[in-house]
Amino acid sequence: MSIRKRVLFSCGTGIATSTVVSNAVVEAMKERGIEIDARQCKATEVRSELGGIDLVVSTTQLPDNLGVPHITTLAFLTGMGKAEALDRIESELRD
Amino acid sequence: MSASLVQELDPEAILLGVEANDREEVIRLLAGRLERLGYVKPSFAEAVVERERKLPTGLPLGRQVNVAVPHTDPVHVLKPGVALATLAAPVDFANMEDADEAVPVGVVFMLALNHKDRQIEMLQAVMTAIQAPETVERLVAAGSVAEIRGLLGTQSGTRSETMGENQ
Repeated sequence: MSIRKRVLFSCGTGIATSTVVSNAVVEAMKERGIEIDARQCKATEVRSELGGIDLVVSTTQLPDNLGVPHITTLAFLTGMGKAEALDRIESELRD
Repeated sequence: MSASLVQELDPEAILLGVEANDREEVIRLLAGRLERLGYVKPSFAEAVVERERKLPTGLPLGRQVNVAVPHTDPVHVLKPGVALATLAAPVDFANMEDADEAVPVGVVFMLALNHKDRQIEMLQAVMTAIQAPETVERLVAAGSVAEIRGLLGTQSGTRSETMGENQ
C-alpha cells in the first residue's frame, strides 16, 4: 500500500532548481510506493511554509533549527550521489 | 531534452576559451552578450552579479572543472535564452549548497528565463547535459561553436552519439 507525504522543495527563487528536484523526487518516490504532495518556496521563506510538511528538500542553505526533517542536496542537479539521496529521502518519509 | 537546450542556445552567445579573472567578469561578459543580442535588459548583469553573491549557483561535479548556472528574476529578461562560456582557466564560483565553499568552474551556462515552464525545461536540459560522463570536459576542450552544439545534442537525434545521458 502506498503512503502519502507532503514535501516542501526549496531553492533560491522557489521556482527554478526546486522544480527540477521536485520532478525527480516525486517520480522516484512514486516508484518506491510513496506519493508526494509537493510544495515549493524560496529557501528564505521555508519557515513560514512548514505547516503539515513531513520533509524539506533544498538545493541551497536552509535556516537553522527548522524543527522538521530536512535534506540539502545537489544530487538531482549534478547526478552525483542521487541513489544515496533518494535512499535518505525514502527513509525520512517512512519514519 | 537536450534538443531544446541547443535550440535556446544562441550560437552568438557561445564564447570559447574566455580568459577571466573572476566570476563577476564572466557574468558581465555573458550578460553583455545577451543584452546585445536582445535577450535581456541592461539591468540583467547587475541583477545576476548581485544574486550570485547571495544565492550562488556553482555546481560541484567532483571534478577539476565544474559548472555554474547564473540566473536571476524574470523581470530583467526580454526573451528566454541561454549563453555559454568555456573558460581558459577555471574561476571560483560559490557552491549553491554551501556559499562558503568555492567551486572551480570551467563552464558557465547563463540562463535568461522569463517563463516558469521554459525555465524548468532549460534547467533540466542543462542538468541532463552536465550529468553525461565527460560532457563538461569535452565542452572545455571544444574548439568551435559547432562542436559545443554537437555536444549538447543536435535536434531530433540526427547524431546519435550526442544523445547525452545514454553514453
